[in-house]
Amino acid sequence: MRYNMNIKAIFLFIFSVSAMSLLQANNQYEESGCSSQEHHGEFNVGEIALHHIADANVFSIGPFQIPLPCILYAPGYGWDVFMSSKFKPDFVGHGDGHVVYNRYVLHGGMVRRIAGDDFPMGEVNVSGFVHREELVEGKKKDAYYACIEDELIPLDSKSTADGGLFGGGITSYYDFSLTKNVVSMMLMFIFLSWLFLSISRSYTAREGKSPKGAQSLFEPIIVFLRDEVAIPFLGHHWERYFPLLLSLFFFILSLNLFGQIPFLGNANVTGNLAVTMALALIAFLVTNLNGNKHYWSHLFLAPGVPAFVKPILIPVEVLGMFIKPMTLMLRLFANITAGHIVMVVFVGLIFIFGKSGESLGGTAGAAVGSTILTMFMMAIELIVAFVQAFVFTILTASYIGAATEEAHH
Amino acid sequence: MTGSVVAIGMGLAVIGAGLGIGWIGAKAMESIARQPEAVGDIRANMILMAAFIEGAALIALLLSFLVA
Repeated sequence: MRYNMNIKAIFLFIFSVSAMSLLQANNQYEESGCSSQEHHGEFNVGEIALHHIADANVFSIGPFQIPLPCILYAPGYGWDVFMSSKFKPDFVGHGDGHVVYNRYVLHGGMVRRIAGDDFPMGEVNVSGFVHREELVEGKKKDAYYACIEDELIPLDSKSTADGGLFGGGITSYYDFSLTKNVVSMMLMFIFLSWLFLSISRSYTAREGKSPKGAQSLFEPIIVFLRDEVAIPFLGHHWERYFPLLLSLFFFILSLNLFGQIPFLGNANVTGNLAVTMALALIAFLVTNLNGNKHYWSHLFLAPGVPAFVKPILIPVEVLGMFIKPMTLMLRLFANITAGHIVMVVFVGLIFIFGKSGESLGGTAGAAVGSTILTMFMMAIELIVAFVQAFVFTILTASYIGAATEEAHH
Repeated sequence: MTGSVVAIGMGLAVIGAGLGIGWIGAKAMESIARQPEAVGDIRANMILMAAFIEGAALIALLLSFLVA
């Protein structure tokens, strides 16, 4: 009982500090404008939600920012490898650096680069950041600025693998850093390796005996996946694809659950389009590389279909080949991201009703309401974490099954 | 302007997906009531079908992101 009380006290403490840092961050946005800049201190819950689901170059445990290694490359300037503590962000804060290092800055936990060519290399002090929407050629675009010696210096868009060609803005640098998401994936990789190696060891050590410990937790799950997913969809060659299915299931499940632990990074890994795209690409490749003659002939020749339907059916089938992994990618991304956004928005309700600390009654009322709503959503998200991992696995199995099925007519 | 049209379209897509998933749920409940011994098969297929409908709604979501 006393042990429980201690845990509660620790959680209460971390939660209060986190809530205070959210409030502080909100005030910082107000003060961060340079003197020439009009202030926009409105509490923008959408902006905060997007910041919280994004990847970051710092690992935040509660309000504390743990620096991570940055590996950056800018064409013409070469590689830069350093820890993100080089930007001197506040240890208790929101990941805004106080120093420009080799033209890189840390804003909202993320590395950005100063645009243009006439900024000096090395360390320069930065007093704050400004983010506003600007009209560029009739379209609204997010513009980011660093305040350096009371001057607004424009920043590049976030780094993307395509250099910003497919939207997202042209960038002058590539970010290969070990970000929060990468570190979370590595942690889960180590955890799962340790867990399953120890389980497999106990199977050899305790052969013929009843399962014990972690064994008895995971055996029903694996048997369920074998009997309900692998064998019905893949038939007699289920053993060939079962390791892939199990890896997908446990990788997605562990990352879904890890992202749900409050104050421990809250890494939105499976809610990151790049991660789900890689997973969907694996499903796509395995499906199509193992597709047999029967599968391809159904795709391109559509036997047994009237000739006048074929020009419609074949393009639809071929498109479907790409749409299937696309929906795999989007389903996981949308479900997990939506869950994370809803959680932040519910906490943000406290600040909306409390008018950022001005109205105490509003704060207290909304705090009670939002705690109940957040607990309800957490319970739902716990189910979603399992369902989405299961759905990804069962759909991958059904696609592979459809591609490797033998002709039966 | 396009933003509000996209929001309406997205809402319509969600109505469609909601009706679809609701129907699957209703029919699955009916089937389970009729044949309680097949509950495992019905549940797995129910989730699979709901995932397909969700896929259609997600394509609408993607298109709305592209347009907005």
